[in-house]
Amino acid sequence: MFVFNPSFSSVNHYLETLPPDWPGGFWLHWGVFVVIIFAFVMSMVMAFIYLERRGLGRLQVRLGPNRVGPFGILQPVADAIKVLIKEDIVPAKGDKWVHWLAPVVAFVPALMIFAVVPFQDGALLADLNIGILYVVAISSISVVGIFMAGWGSNNKYSLIGAMRTVAQVVSYEIPLVLSIIGVVLLAGSLSMNKIVEAQTIPFILLQPLGFLIFFLAACAEINRTPFDLLEAESEIVAGFHIEYSGMKFAFFYLAEYAEALAISAIITTLFLSGWRGPILPPFLWFLIKVFAVFFLIFWVRGTIPRLRIDQVMAFTWKCLLPLALINLFITGIEVVVLPEALPWPVIFVNLAIMAVLVVLWSKFFRLGGGRVEV
Amino acid sequence: MALKTEPFVINIGPQHPSTHGVFRMRATLDGEVVIDLEPVIGYLHRGIEKLAEGRTYTQNIPFTDRLDYLASMSNNLAYVIAVEKLAGIPVPERAEHLRVIMAELQRIASHLIGIGAFLNDCGAFMTPFLYMFREREKILDLFEMVCGQRLTYNYMRIGGVSHDIPEEFLPALDKFVREMPGFIDEYDQLLAENEILLARAKGVGILPKELAINISASGPVLRGSGVKWDIRKADPYSVYDRFQFDIPIGSVGDTYDRYWVKIQEMRQSVRIIKQAMEQLPPGEVLTEVPHLLHPPVGEVYGHIEAPKGELGFYLVSDNSVAPYRFHIRAPTLINLTALRDMMIGWKVADAIIIFGSIDICLAEVDR
Repeated sequence: MFVFNPSFSSVNHYLETLPPDWPGGFWLHWGVFVVIIFAFVMSMVMAFIYLERRGLGRLQVRLGPNRVGPFGILQPVADAIKVLIKEDIVPAKGDKWVHWLAPVVAFVPALMIFAVVPFQDGALLADLNIGILYVVAISSISVVGIFMAGWGSNNKYSLIGAMRTVAQVVSYEIPLVLSIIGVVLLAGSLSMNKIVEAQTIPFILLQPLGFLIFFLAACAEINRTPFDLLEAESEIVAGFHIEYSGMKFAFFYLAEYAEALAISAIITTLFLSGWRGPILPPFLWFLIKVFAVFFLIFWVRGTIPRLRIDQVMAFTWKCLLPLALINLFITGIEVVVLPEALPWPVIFVNLAIMAVLVVLWSKFFRLGGGRVEV
Repeated sequence: MALKTEPFVINIGPQHPSTHGVFRMRATLDGEVVIDLEPVIGYLHRGIEKLAEGRTYTQNIPFTDRLDYLASMSNNLAYVIAVEKLAGIPVPERAEHLRVIMAELQRIASHLIGIGAFLNDCGAFMTPFLYMFREREKILDLFEMVCGQRLTYNYMRIGGVSHDIPEEFLPALDKFVREMPGFIDEYDQLLAENEILLARAKGVGILPKELAINISASGPVLRGSGVKWDIRKADPYSVYDRFQFDIPIGSVGDTYDRYWVKIQEMRQSVRIIKQAMEQLPPGEVLTEVPHLLHPPVGEVYGHIEAPKGELGFYLVSDNSVAPYRFHIRAPTLINLTALRDMMIGWKVADAIIIFGSIDICLAEVDR
C-alpha cells in the first residue's frame, strides 16, 4: 500500500494533496492522520455496537443492555475488557499460523479503507485519484482472512462458513463494482473527494437503482442479514469464527463493525453527497449520514430472515447483475445524450425506471430452488 | 467438467442452537446438500416410564410436567384423563371447563414457541421469537395465578384440578382473549408474506400425506400434510364436543404449511377459550378421590390432542397403588421418524428449518 512505501517521486504529489494549512511535514501528516483514523474507527465501532444492541433491543420489544454506565453506554467497554481477559484457545489440530494470522488479515483491510474516505472537504489521508478503485480492491482482501480462519480452525462448520463466504463475496463484488461505475460516470472521477464535490444533489436521486444494488451487494459483502450466511447462527453456529476466543475473536468482531462503518461511509460518500449539507458543519453531516445508513443495515438485520446459499447466489447472478448492467447502460446513455437535462428531470425518469425494473424482476424471478436428487 | 467431491459427515448437535435441546443429527453432506441423515436421541433420557412404575398415581402427575415442558398443562391433562378412565372417576363440570381453558392456553403458548423458534431457524434474528414471548408471558402469568407455577404446573388432579381459579383470573383471561386475535394477526403479518420466508419455506421438506399417515404422525405435522385428524373432533375428550371450532389443514405438507397451521390453530384456540369462559359453570373443581388409588386390574389408553400432536398414556393396573406399566406415546418422537425422508436432498439450511417446523421438545422425545 502507498502509505507505508511512498516512493520519492510520488511524495511531492502527495504533499500537494495535503490541506494547504496543514502544519508539519509529510510524515507528521501521515502519522497524525493514521492515529486520528484509528481512534475514529475504534470509537465509532463502539458507538455502532452500542447503537446496534440498543436498537435491536427496541426492535425486539426488549430493553437491550442498560446496566453498565448511564443507559448502558459503557457496555462496549465492558465487553472489550471481558474479551481481553478471556483465554486464547487454538485448536489442537488447527493450522496455528493461519489461525493466528486470519484475524489480522480480516481486520486490517477494513481499517485501510478509511485512508480514502473524505470526512470533510479535503480531510482524508490520501486523496488518491483512483480512490474508489482502491476501496474495491482493499475491501475484497478481508475475505481472504475469513477463509484463512475457516481453514485454519480445522472445523467443519468453519469450513462450510468460509466456503460460503468466498462464493458469496466474489459474486457480489461484480454488481457492487458495476453500480459504482454509474456513480463514477456521473461524477467523472474516481477520486472520493471529487465524487463528493460533484454531488450538487445526492446521487441517490440520480442513481436510485444503483444505490439499491450497491446497498444490497454491500450488505452481502459485509455479511449482514439477509446474507449473513457465513455466521448463520441457526445453521452453522458461528461459521468461520467458531474456534476463536478472546482477543482474536474480538478482532473479527471489530472487523465486522469496522466493515459496516466503512460501507456506511462509502455509501454516504458515493450516494448521499458525503459531507455536503446545509447549516451543520460538514463533519457532522458526514456522521449523521453514516449513522443513518448503519441504522438501515441493522434495521434489516432485526427484521427479515436469511436466504439460503443457492438463493443468495441466484439473487446476485439473476437479479443484481442484470439490473446493474441495465443501470450502467441507462446511466451511460443519459450522460452522453442528455447532459443538459441533468439532473432534475432525470431524477424522475430514473425513479420510474427503477420502479418498473424492480417490479418486473420481482414478478419474473422466484428465489425458490428445490430438492436435489441424491 | 465435474469437480471431484467427497461427502463428509457433520454432527449437528447435541449442542447446537437450532436443535432445540440435545438432539443430534449425524448428517452426511455433499457440499451443502444433505445426502444422508441419522437422528441420534437419548441425551435427555431420564427413564420416566420406569420411574413412574414405582410411584403412586398421584405422585406421577409432576413427572408428566417434565415431558414436554412447553406444554405441561396438556401433559397433565392426558395423564389424568387416562387415570380417570382406568379408575372410573367422574370429573366435575367446572373442572372440565377449566381443563379445556388451560389446555387451549397451553396450546397457544406452545405454538408461539414453535413458530418463534421456526422463524428463528429461518434466520430472522430473534425478533419474531421475542415478539412471541411477549404473549407467552401473559399466558404464563395466567397460569401463575391459578397454580403458582410458570413452567411445571402440576395443576390437574385425578378427578379435577388442584385449585379453583382466583377472582382476578377471569377478567385477566377476558382481556387476553380480546387482545389475542389482534396479536395473532400481527404475528401473521410479521413474516407470512415475506418474500424470503416464502422462498425459504414453501415447498421445502414436504411430508406427503401417505407417509404422514404411515408413520402415524399427528398434530400440526399431520394436519400440515392435509389430513383432517384432530383428537378433539375424532375422539372427543373432556367437554370438547360442546364447542365450535374448525380444524385448519395445510395443502402440500411443506414447512410453510406447518407454520400456517399453527397460526390458524391459535385462532381456533382463542375461539374455544371464549366459549369455555361463557359456559363455565359454578361448583366443585375436584371430586373426592382416595389418597391411595387402587384402580381395578386392567389397561387403558387415554389420549388428547396436545399442542404437538397426539399425546397418549397407556397404563396397566394390577390393583396396586402404582401403575404396573406406564407408557407415553410422545407425539414428537413419532413425528421425528419421518425426519430423514423429509431432509434428504435438501441443503443444510433447509434441514434446520425442516427440523424446526416439526416443533419438537427433547424432554418428551427422550423422556
